[in-house]
Amino acid sequence: MAVDRFPIEAGHIMMFARSAGDPNPIYYDVDHAGSSEVGRIIAPPTFVQAAAQFDPDYPLRPKIGQPWFGSGREPSGAAGGGGGQRDSASAPPGGGVGRGLHAEQHFEYHRPLGVGDVLSVTTRPGATWEKEGRRAGRLTFAETITEYRNQDGDLVVTARSVGVRTERAAAS
Amino acid sequence: MALRARDLEVGAVFEEPVVEDLKRTQIVQYAGASGDYNPLHTDEVFATRVAGYPSVFAHGMLTMAMTGRMLTDFVGDGRLTGFGGRFTAQVWPGDTLVATATVAAVREQGTEHVAELHVRTVNQDGVEVFSGTATARLDP
Repeated sequence: MAVDRFPIEAGHIMMFARSAGDPNPIYYDVDHAGSSEVGRIIAPPTFVQAAAQFDPDYPLRPKIGQPWFGSGREPSGAAGGGGGQRDSASAPPGGGVGRGLHAEQHFEYHRPLGVGDVLSVTTRPGATWEKEGRRAGRLTFAETITEYRNQDGDLVVTARSVGVRTERAAAS
Repeated sequence: MALRARDLEVGAVFEEPVVEDLKRTQIVQYAGASGDYNPLHTDEVFATRVAGYPSVFAHGMLTMAMTGRMLTDFVGDGRLTGFGGRFTAQVWPGDTLVATATVAAVREQGTEHVAELHVRTVNQDGVEVFSGTATARLDP
């Protein structure tokens, strides 16, 4: 994923916090946030994951005028029905199309992140390794390192995610 | 309000329920906010009939976001310096999750006081769904 411009917006933070069931007013109440130690509405700890919204090529969002592999008239909108798995190699670890699942996620926070910041996002591949799983067959792990920098070019968050691809559905 | 190093002992535990009877709609709500609309999380027909799962299931990152709520409620806003872990089991609609932070160490790093935490989230059957660590800046 490469995102040139990920503006940190109040409404987006409010919706993200709501979706996680987090009622903390630091995520929506300007007056509360303004008088707090951090001084403004800030991003929740995992918020940078929502950079996907600003990635024009993010594969796990339906795009205008393009086929989507979720169900419609048929269980899958992709040709052949099993198309969800077709894209798994290109899917980011956070996504997990088909047999790809998110195994690990790690964040390092270098600077505060809040409304008004504008991030740019770059990713690079990390290590890959394999393991034999009991239920899901051979497991292939791949690491991705993502750097989030602010409008001044300063590193704000570093993320390391590990995605795993399995041979079979691993419903626990 | 932030935690104070002098009040924090190794082994101290902070526990918080983060969701009760997780609804499919909350998973969809997280999809909308995060931008990850993977049908495995948002589309019961696809998840069951195409991908072969018993139902849709939560994004790992939703579990982590809910676990993060426990952490910020514990250490205060803007105090985390690190947070990470493994998704150790899937989270399904109907699950009830409790997130726990256990103080592993309290140390001074230069002029700052830092807490190292073990982080764990379990479901209603006691099955661990997320296991990791976090670090946070403390007041003295």
